[in-house]
Amino acid sequence: MTGHVVGTTDEIGPGQRKIVEIDGRSIGVFNVGGRYYALRNTCPHAGARLCEGTLSGLVTSGAPGEYSYAREGEILRCPWHGWEFDVTTGRSWFDPARTRVRAYETSVETGYRPGPYVAETYPVEVEQAYVVVHV
Amino acid sequence: MAEYARPADWPDVPLVDTDVHITPRSLAALTPYLPARWRDYVRESGVASLESDLYPPRSPLSAIPGARPADGPPASDPELLRTQLLDPWRLDVAVTHCIYGIDGIHNPDWADAMARALNDWQHAEWLAGEPRLRGSVVVAAQDPARAAAEIDRVGDRPEFVQVLLPVRMRAPLGTRAFWPIYAAAERHGLALAVYAGGASGNPITPVGSPSYYLEEYVGLSQAFQAQVVSLVCEGVPVRFPALTVVLVESGFTWLPPLMWRLDKNWKGLRREVPWVDRLPSEMIRTSFRLTAQPIDAPDDDPARLLEVLDRLGSDRMLMFATDYPHHQFDDPAHAAPAGLSAAAMARFLGGNALATYRLEAMSGAR
Amino acid sequence: MPVDQLVDCDIHNELTPGALHPYLPPRWRAYHETYGGRGDGGAGYPKGAPRAARADAWPPSGLPPGADLEFLREQHLDPYGVRYGVLNCLTTACREQNPGYAAALCRAVNEWQVAEWLEKEPRLRAGIVVPYEDAALAAAEIDRAAAHPGFVQVLLLVRTDEPLGRRRYRPIFEAAVRNGLPVGIHFGGGRGRNPLTASGWPSFYVEDHTAMAQAFQAQVVSLVVEGVFEELPELRVVLIEGGFGWLPSLMWRMDKHWARLADEVPHLTRAPSAYVREHFWVTTQPVEEPPDPRDLLAVFDNMGGTDRIMFSTDYPHWDFDDPRRALRVKLPEEVRTQIFGGNALALYGLP
Repeated sequence: MTGHVVGTTDEIGPGQRKIVEIDGRSIGVFNVGGRYYALRNTCPHAGARLCEGTLSGLVTSGAPGEYSYAREGEILRCPWHGWEFDVTTGRSWFDPARTRVRAYETSVETGYRPGPYVAETYPVEVEQAYVVVHV
Repeated sequence: MAEYARPADWPDVPLVDTDVHITPRSLAALTPYLPARWRDYVRESGVASLESDLYPPRSPLSAIPGARPADGPPASDPELLRTQLLDPWRLDVAVTHCIYGIDGIHNPDWADAMARALNDWQHAEWLAGEPRLRGSVVVAAQDPARAAAEIDRVGDRPEFVQVLLPVRMRAPLGTRAFWPIYAAAERHGLALAVYAGGASGNPITPVGSPSYYLEEYVGLSQAFQAQVVSLVCEGVPVRFPALTVVLVESGFTWLPPLMWRLDKNWKGLRREVPWVDRLPSEMIRTSFRLTAQPIDAPDDDPARLLEVLDRLGSDRMLMFATDYPHHQFDDPAHAAPAGLSAAAMARFLGGNALATYRLEAMSGAR
Repeated sequence: MPVDQLVDCDIHNELTPGALHPYLPPRWRAYHETYGGRGDGGAGYPKGAPRAARADAWPPSGLPPGADLEFLREQHLDPYGVRYGVLNCLTTACREQNPGYAAALCRAVNEWQVAEWLEKEPRLRAGIVVPYEDAALAAAEIDRAAAHPGFVQVLLLVRTDEPLGRRRYRPIFEAAVRNGLPVGIHFGGGRGRNPLTASGWPSFYVEDHTAMAQAFQAQVVSLVVEGVFEELPELRVVLIEGGFGWLPSLMWRMDKHWARLADEVPHLTRAPSAYVREHFWVTTQPVEEPPDPRDLLAVFDNMGGTDRIMFSTDYPHWDFDDPRRALRVKLPEEVRTQIFGGNALALYGLP
């Protein structure tokens, strides 16, 4: 795997996202509560650009008429048919075992070091903190 | 029409007919079971009959030949039921239901009184005297709390195996207002039977009232589809996991495509019904059963029917039925799908009914 | 995979406030601005998304999804290689309670469709929007608008006040046949007259969406059993956005009970399924997604073949079908060509 610098931590603040191209793949990078997650930008259902969907919370229920609403900002709804994915794992809500989107490891790196970090046309400086996606 | 009897080549396994109609000879047959206040009400208001109009008396569908007693409508004579159905088919059990139309009554108290009378009447004049018969508790859903009380009143009598509601209702069956009825049914180990019929005051199709009886009868399958969707989406199987819903005289070949569509929609729209915590089709397979008639498939192409059954994804859902006295088949050989395995055939003929209903312990053979 | 001659049989062009003003006569423009629309009561089911649209279909111009022709080209027509797109304009105009207003609005919508869509984009065709609850007014609009070659069908919505086979609607079908146009019946409609089901109003949008197939079923039954095709043997009907998985079981059910009850309907000279085979077309979206995709082949077979099935996307709605991914079952090349374009070219007479 190679690490790719996709932006500074300032650029992708809590609740924000950035969509990048890495090796011909479109990948969405999300900041949820200060932690970074990266998902392939293709819905396994019908190929929509999943990472452009709405970020919302998780609605669950113990019984008809009762609602629990939690994990705001952690559930990504596909912009087409609304399938729900857990941003932190890439798994779909309705079928976590078998329906999922590829999730990539991320890390936050400070300072600039030569290779294996590939900054795709992204200028880097020594003092900044960068978000790195490992593909 | 071929002889109306159990085909000789059917296996010697328990046979349970899950769709048999019974009906009073006339309203007068019920009046002995009504309190005086309601007896007088019925007479003084000139109420003639509450017979369901879904079966025009002389329509070819309404009665097989010989099923019309001299002194009453088809399915009003217990002795004829024995000689025409129970004996020739060698039924172990016939699950009966009476669709006398109290669901169209707007006065909730009169409706409740009629429901009680129907239950007392059917118990006294049909169920108590014929050990092969089981019955359906009639309730007036106009007042669900009173309906639940009626289920509590008669629900422990072993002759009753299910609670009866029409497919054409005032509100979709999943509606929470009806849940006291389901709680009572579940409490007593009774299934919920949804029958073809009902006169609720809503137009009988989603696009208004049709011109022809043929449209009305065919249109029942649309009503059943909507009720399956309602019961699932409102979470009735979640709240009442022990309750089995039996669709009576619904047809079933529409069910696989409905499961596909509801599953597909649920995947994207789950958030509005978050208590539906698994695929709707799984809930349907677990909680719904269907009586076999009418078999809406070509008689001359058994392979297609087997494909449909395959797509149901379960051989525990379908239950043998004649739909007596209705004329659904000319040849009793067509009352069971051709080509079922021995195990599947045994389930179809009686095993699924034995698993669904609170039937008294029966020995394995008849 | 992109297909050479892709015909998308269901695209939605959206009106924006004020869009119809240039096309409304003063009396109705004033009415429109003062009183506006009435008659869509009863069906309050918020859709899965704003404007029932894909979240990525909001044009950068700020216009709502479906309202921006340039964006339609950029996001949909060009990348998918759409050769023809059939516009089905969903508007409350067709079912306004005030019939004169409805007729005026429908005419304005049709003139707007010609000027702003058909004349500007040669790949587009459209359905004639009509006030279908007043058949005489609807027929008049069909006769007026049909002259423009961009109109390829009459557009009705599936939830009507009465079943469409009823005599009151006959002039609409007569006008369509007279003008050589099929009648498209599209998902939606309703104005509080009939609840969504025979047991009243369900609670949730997922039920509303799923119930639409039952409305389509009721309409098919009505058109067949009322004998509309006996009276109008050239009539062709397109079921748009209703799905089609339910059609075989409905054909079987109609046939079974017609066989028993044929004396009630002596005007029918053939089995109901024969009328369905001959007179109905279906669009694919929302495509059925059985657990085993090969079951789709059985559905096609039970429908009697693939010559009446026409691909559609429903752009820009959320339940959109992508031409590259929908119908994920192996089909012979000639069948794929039929479904993705050939059948529509034939039905709509497209060059």
